[in-house]
Amino acid sequence: MAETIKLQFNIDGNNFVDAGAASGKVKKTLTQLGFDPAVIRRAAIAMYEGEINMVIHADGGVADVYIDSDKIRIVLSDKGPGIADVELAMKEGYSTASQEARDLGFGAGMGLPNMKNYTDEMTVNSKVGVGTTVEMIINC
Amino acid sequence: MKQTYFHSVTLDKEKCMGCTNCIRRCPTEAIRVRDGKARIIKERCIDCGECIRVCPYHAKQALTDPFSSIEKFKYKIALPAPALYGQFHNVRDINVILNGLKEIGFDDVYEVARAAEIVTIATMDLLMQKKLEMPVISTACPAILRLIRVRFPSLIKNLLPLNAPMDLAAKLARRRAIEKKGIPPEDIGVFFISPCPAKVTTLHEPLGEDTSPVDGVIAISEVYKKLAPILGSLKPKEKLVRAGLKGVNWCHSGGEAKALSKDAYLAVDGIDNVISVLESLEDNQISHVEFVEACACAGGCVGGPLTVENGYAARARIEQISKKLTSYETERELPQIDLEDVLISKPIEYVPILKLDDDRAVAMQKMQEMKAIEERLPKLDCGSCGAPSCKALAEDVVRGFGREIDCIHNLRSKVNELVREISELEM
Ligand SMILES: Nc1ncnc2c1ncn2[C@@H]1O[C@H](COP(=O)(O)OP(=O)(O)O)[C@@H](O)[C@H]1O
Ligand code: SF4
Ligand code: SF4
Ligand SMILES: [Mg+2]
Repeated sequence: MAETIKLQFNIDGNNFVDAGAASGKVKKTLTQLGFDPAVIRRAAIAMYEGEINMVIHADGGVADVYIDSDKIRIVLSDKGPGIADVELAMKEGYSTASQEARDLGFGAGMGLPNMKNYTDEMTVNSKVGVGTTVEMIINC
Repeated sequence: MKQTYFHSVTLDKEKCMGCTNCIRRCPTEAIRVRDGKARIIKERCIDCGECIRVCPYHAKQALTDPFSSIEKFKYKIALPAPALYGQFHNVRDINVILNGLKEIGFDDVYEVARAAEIVTIATMDLLMQKKLEMPVISTACPAILRLIRVRFPSLIKNLLPLNAPMDLAAKLARRRAIEKKGIPPEDIGVFFISPCPAKVTTLHEPLGEDTSPVDGVIAISEVYKKLAPILGSLKPKEKLVRAGLKGVNWCHSGGEAKALSKDAYLAVDGIDNVISVLESLEDNQISHVEFVEACACAGGCVGGPLTVENGYAARARIEQISKKLTSYETERELPQIDLEDVLISKPIEYVPILKLDDDRAVAMQKMQEMKAIEERLPKLDCGSCGAPSCKALAEDVVRGFGREIDCIHNLRSKVNELVREISELEM
């Protein structure tokens, strides 16, 4: 068993333009490791949506990516406002995004549903006023 | 089939000063400077021509065919790219240019712009049949096609499965010469008049086909030398213009997409811009477009490295002289062309050149090593080691074509250490 590869990214809460940078780096790493393009794309989409959520809803956070030969685990943690009703937040189209974020084209309410769809497992742990941790696993 | 990795862009060793200007401009990190000279890692190069543009010593060149190579054939057909139309400051009529091609030695002319119009109609057909994966990505620019093949494999399914206009033009021109003029196939030589080094590669290593229907690729700049002196006073003998405005507009970015008469398109040009759009497409960030046209060159093919005129000036000129064109001729010819003629015959396949090793466990081990080496490098991305970044040097080391000591900063500290040790010995 090869040792797990760990990547860590600090996601800046004020930077819409740079959002997606971490996703790009994860893609490159997975490509170098020879993962299947379809798997890479799923990881990229899940990672990007998670990154964006931390930027627009939580003022940034940290993304940890753990790569094993048969599994990719993405853990996104922030110290943002938290999510009061996770089940509601998971509904397609549900969004509390600000007008500013909507003007920039975010806030379609499809982020969490997509993250769930593109990964094999997803758990959301959130506490209002404390923060949110989203863990996603892609088996490959 | 064995991968041969022919590519058009090569280095003239004599001219290269090892200045490292090119290494960071290359979008696939294909260039290294070793022993004072640049080297192109063949399997990585997509022939985008960026290094040709940036080299201050003109040491990067595109391998194209000399004009004299047309003499190998009895019946010579020219396939002018529409970008050619914008090169001449004293010409106001496309027909003059096409007649000029016959004047300088070609027996027949088939405009690539005309084939482009047929590709447009075939694309519309496929879009209507809803057989394509959305959004559809154009395959007209071979540099982008090669980029996607090595770096964006998840987007391969979105590629338009049609021949590029050059290849279609070659097929149709050849067929016309055989069927209408009774020329024996072996006598026919089909030559693309090209703004583009990547098209040369397509000829030697076709994508989507087993063999290329093109016999040679001659640079626009080479043909220019012959044409420019005679066009000013040339009186056209026949009407050779058949392509319409929509086809001619393929010469610049947005032309192909606009010809489809769809609102939901995206046209991007310049290799860095294209890469950022492809990254976004891969992350599902772009959902409102049906068609993506991507050109490696700024401004599209008019900005190709084998042209003479500034790309933007050429575009302006083409816009002025192509206003009167219509597309009736293409429509008349169309019933004789099947979708089959335009479809590619071989799927485009992923070439995983970025992979560190075929064995996942070994690749992971190399990745760990790479990260450890990267930690030890100064993160200055200075290029003095000949690699485009510290990260790239770390990768070279684990791939076995670089050494940590190639880093002059590391070397310097090693030397300082040695000096200290020696002076301690002497005391
Ligand atoms: N990291 C987070 N911190 C706080 N709230 C979040 C976070 N991620 C998601 N949410 C909440 O869940 C809702 C739905 O998220 P999502 O499906 O990504 O849609 P969108 O981001 O378009 O609003 C958001 O509008 C927000 O209220
Ligand atoms: S042509 Fe493009 S891909 Fe090839 S070496 Fe030059 S810059 Fe790199
Ligand atoms: S934009 Fe045109 S000239 Fe430039 S690489 Fe692509 S096809 Fe060739
Ligand atoms: Mg979201």
